[in-house]
Amino acid sequence: MSDTEGGWFAGLAPDDAEGAARRIRDGETDSPRQWPALAVESGFAADTEAYYDRLREATLAATRAAVREAETAGDRQLVHAVRSMDDTERVANELAERLAEWAGTRYPDAGTGVDAARDLAARDPTDPADERVVSLARRVVDLTDERDDLRAFVERTAPEVAPNLSAMAGPVLAARLVALAGGLESLAKKPSGTVQVLGAEDALFAHLAGRASSPKHGVIFVHDYVRNTHPDERGSAARALAGKLSIAARVDHYSGDLRPELQAELDERITTIRARTDDPGPNSAPDTDVEPTDDAASDDGGDDA
Amino acid sequence: MSPESDPDLPAGVERRRLDGRDRLATRGEPVYGEPTDGEWRVWDAGRSKLGAMLQSGMDTGLGGGETVLYLGAASGTTVSHVADFAGPTYAVEFAPRPTRDLLPVAEARDNLFPLLKDARKPETYAHVVEPVDALVQDVATRGQAEVANRNRRFLREDGRLLAVVKARSEDVTADPEDVFEAFLDALSGYEVLETTSLDPYHEDHLAVVARPE
Repeated sequence: MSDTEGGWFAGLAPDDAEGAARRIRDGETDSPRQWPALAVESGFAADTEAYYDRLREATLAATRAAVREAETAGDRQLVHAVRSMDDTERVANELAERLAEWAGTRYPDAGTGVDAARDLAARDPTDPADERVVSLARRVVDLTDERDDLRAFVERTAPEVAPNLSAMAGPVLAARLVALAGGLESLAKKPSGTVQVLGAEDALFAHLAGRASSPKHGVIFVHDYVRNTHPDERGSAARALAGKLSIAARVDHYSGDLRPELQAELDERITTIRARTDDPGPNSAPDTDVEPTDDAASDDGGDDA
Repeated sequence: MSPESDPDLPAGVERRRLDGRDRLATRGEPVYGEPTDGEWRVWDAGRSKLGAMLQSGMDTGLGGGETVLYLGAASGTTVSHVADFAGPTYAVEFAPRPTRDLLPVAEARDNLFPLLKDARKPETYAHVVEPVDALVQDVATRGQAEVANRNRRFLREDGRLLAVVKARSEDVTADPEDVFEAFLDALSGYEVLETTSLDPYHEDHLAVVARPE
């Protein structure tokens, strides 16, 4: 038996495809060696061509499995769901505008928006143009319903994937943060200063290039603790919130325990910050169950991603 | 439409007249909707940094048929062309999403071995990758010089490092020239043979050819 120490095929039966894939994924060694020649010498493969065939099968199987595992992880599914939710909403709104333009030429009473689309979708078309208008209205309604279903899915999934983060941020904002960071692990590894401005990349880069002041908040603006804090103290509130959200994301990624004390610490901190302006905000009780409206972030010029 | 022979290009890579322009091309299964001419498919220098290196006439030392370790394979745009003209080609990519697209590219080729691995941790693939003639590096991460240093162990004595330094991956706010200089300073165990800016194909990218010392 030749020396094959360290090689992915060492001690492996040539027909053990599963074992080979596992070795490719989990094996380690410090230095590369002439693996093809060693494999032939040791009898793992008849010649280098046969070796490369086995290597090809093993790397494809190993990489396929690793990709599948990574991509079906809960946080990946959450990221796709929240992005799909935003996409369906954007497209539904665009189509609803187009629909209002068209329908207005045919029905003087046609309104705008999704409610108008629902009315139109219920009508009986009387001519070919009507058929198209009514059909388009149905697509808008379907897309809006799909968006609601996606939102329900996000609200159900986020607390499973990131319980502390979802409790503190609300499930939809939690999902957005995970999506912007590119996954729960990436979010957990980001400094809280980065979490604070996630979603405000344009403003951040304008600042880094010396063209603007630093953004105070990104998507976390939609959180009650930022939005309903006096503008003078919003930066402080955003920093405090981002700090706790980062810790929550880290707990969710690394341990998965529930840490309700994080919320209590945050509540206390925000109360202190708001006391500085003697303005407890219109909604001083922490109310993280209710997700603030999604378009709130875009009210704040310069911080939209 | 006759191909021009070009001694600077590896065997298996040719300049062909397509869409009224002279463009690099290799023979293989199309991957990203690139224009084709019979069995030849265009290697778009605007989408591939290694393509831009060849287009700009750098001496990459690539002759065709060599063993290659490609770090930062992404969805396989460039590494597919490499596998078309090279020998055994090991493609390392760290992110699962682009690797999903890399898989069918590898399935369509006999000599392309995909690995979902972190290029900063060569010990996690040294049990698979053999010593290579060319180490191609196109990783969008901080510490690009350190990646090259750690992966030097894979290069044969007469092998070549073909690295593309992306200034924005190191520091978006720094002057790219400073980033390039810092990269070359931090490169250790290599003798730099040639450097070229990849403008206008790729802004703020420096291509480096080096050999192990």
